[in-house]
Amino acid sequence: MTASVNPKKLIKGGLHDWEVVIGMEIHAQVTSRSKLFSGASTEFGAEPNDHVSLVDAAMPGMLPVINEECVAQAVRTGLGLKAQINHRSVFDRKNYFYPDLPQGYQISQFKDPIVGEGTVLVDLVDGESITVGIERLHLEQDAGKSLHDQNPTQSFVDLNRSGVALMEIVSRPDLRSSEEARAYVTKLRTILRYLGTCDGDMEKGSLRADVNVSVRLPGDPLGTRCEIKNVNSIRFIGQAIEVEARRQIAIIEDGGTISQETRLFDPGKGETRSMRSKEEAHDYRYFPDPDLLPLEFDQAYVDRLAEGLPELPDAKKARFIADYGLSPYDAGVLIAERSSADYYEVVAKGRDGKAAANWVINELFGRLNKEGRDIESSPVSADQLGAVVDLIGEGVISGKIAKDLFEIVWTEGGDPRALVESRGLKQVTDTGAIETAIDAIIAQNPDKVSQAREKPTLLGWFVGQTMKATGGKANPAAVNALLKAKLGIE
Amino acid sequence: MSVDATTVRRIAHLARIAVSEDEVAPLQGELNAILAFVEQLGAVDVTGVEPMTSVTPMAMKKRTDTVTDGGHAADIVFNAPETEDNYFLVPKVVE
Repeated sequence: MTASVNPKKLIKGGLHDWEVVIGMEIHAQVTSRSKLFSGASTEFGAEPNDHVSLVDAAMPGMLPVINEECVAQAVRTGLGLKAQINHRSVFDRKNYFYPDLPQGYQISQFKDPIVGEGTVLVDLVDGESITVGIERLHLEQDAGKSLHDQNPTQSFVDLNRSGVALMEIVSRPDLRSSEEARAYVTKLRTILRYLGTCDGDMEKGSLRADVNVSVRLPGDPLGTRCEIKNVNSIRFIGQAIEVEARRQIAIIEDGGTISQETRLFDPGKGETRSMRSKEEAHDYRYFPDPDLLPLEFDQAYVDRLAEGLPELPDAKKARFIADYGLSPYDAGVLIAERSSADYYEVVAKGRDGKAAANWVINELFGRLNKEGRDIESSPVSADQLGAVVDLIGEGVISGKIAKDLFEIVWTEGGDPRALVESRGLKQVTDTGAIETAIDAIIAQNPDKVSQAREKPTLLGWFVGQTMKATGGKANPAAVNALLKAKLGIE
Repeated sequence: MSVDATTVRRIAHLARIAVSEDEVAPLQGELNAILAFVEQLGAVDVTGVEPMTSVTPMAMKKRTDTVTDGGHAADIVFNAPETEDNYFLVPKVVE
């Protein structure tokens, strides 16, 4: 919980500065081969109704049998959120009617979820950190998919997603700005991807957010909230919060009151609008599912799963700062994806950690972003990049030439060390050769030479000319020293 | 505990059961009779007794995470009144 109000995070209304209060329910698809209660595949993109068992279609007499891996994934996620793991939890029926919910109820967990309270540490851009409370995590079934644009009078229903396991992760209303909300979802996604419990692919709907937004004057009790359903990108989450907070502020400042309701964000129009038909459905009449026994396990089971967990983002970040001397910002960039962190560690092993970080973040990430590739498909391997860093460290090539070498390795591949030899990229440290080049430049530019004695900043021009004359291969330190001596500049 | 006429209409709507106006009063009577019958349980002292959701004295059976089902879309939609390309077709439900 943020203890005090940060004035920078307030939203200016016409009359007052308002504090926005945000809580989120994230639906994360559990990574598993088969569904939560049936043996049908969870794979994305199948033909309609191809990954459907009679259980998922809710045929009479079918009984759910729980997938043990989905349980393990929920426990791992709970451990990753530093949360209480409940050794006994219960599945309930959440009753509502919709064509893509053939059972007429969703099997979920209401009173006794598998995971209780936890926390997520969220780093913000300005270096500040906030702790966001997790209220609970529970397992539930996903619904099917309805297509409304295939036919003017009918909806098409595909049950492939019906019964796929979801983890609903409910946060406390601890977020105070759209930026904090975006950072929270980003961090949660990183944790889930590290754990391997959800792929976090928002385009495929593996991660979706219901966002609860309310506004209040700083110090006041919580305002009435509206829930924005099913926002499916981190950017839209930020936009939806900004739009909804301003809508509520305008209503209150005009003397109106907010009515608690479910709303939908329309990214095209940049507005939220009421989903009135959902209101009636809010009476879900939960009751324990008589088809399922309570879910029980012991601490030894939890301990076994805990032992198998990978190093988590916060621990990895702290280690990168301590072991490689990185800034918190650079460490944060590198650990955002496990694959990036692994790549970096190969480059940094036995080398200067900061130099390695600069090359990975600036050159490699820059280039990958430009071409829209991810690190798994990087044309430059970690070993190749490591060799480039070595060649600079050994003084074989200059930093400038190293960028050219990186470009060659990116486009043509090959061993950087061999390339330096075959392409003649070696830095010239032989002072004789550099001197010859400098003497020629001095001889051709007597006017500049006399000016340089008055105006030492002209040294830069001479350095440039010398580098040009040597094809960029002269050792910059040697060039500087020789030029200063020859021009008589201190 | 008892239900009034409004609650009867509401329950019927939530269950998507069509109930005509002249059925409300008789249903209200029936439901209240059932509730009164169940209410006898209130006489039992259950202090310290865990709520029982199942009478089976066993641990829940679990499945391994393997794909053992699916691949029969035509069977899944076989009983549907209307289908197209193995989709179920229903009256349009978008808002």
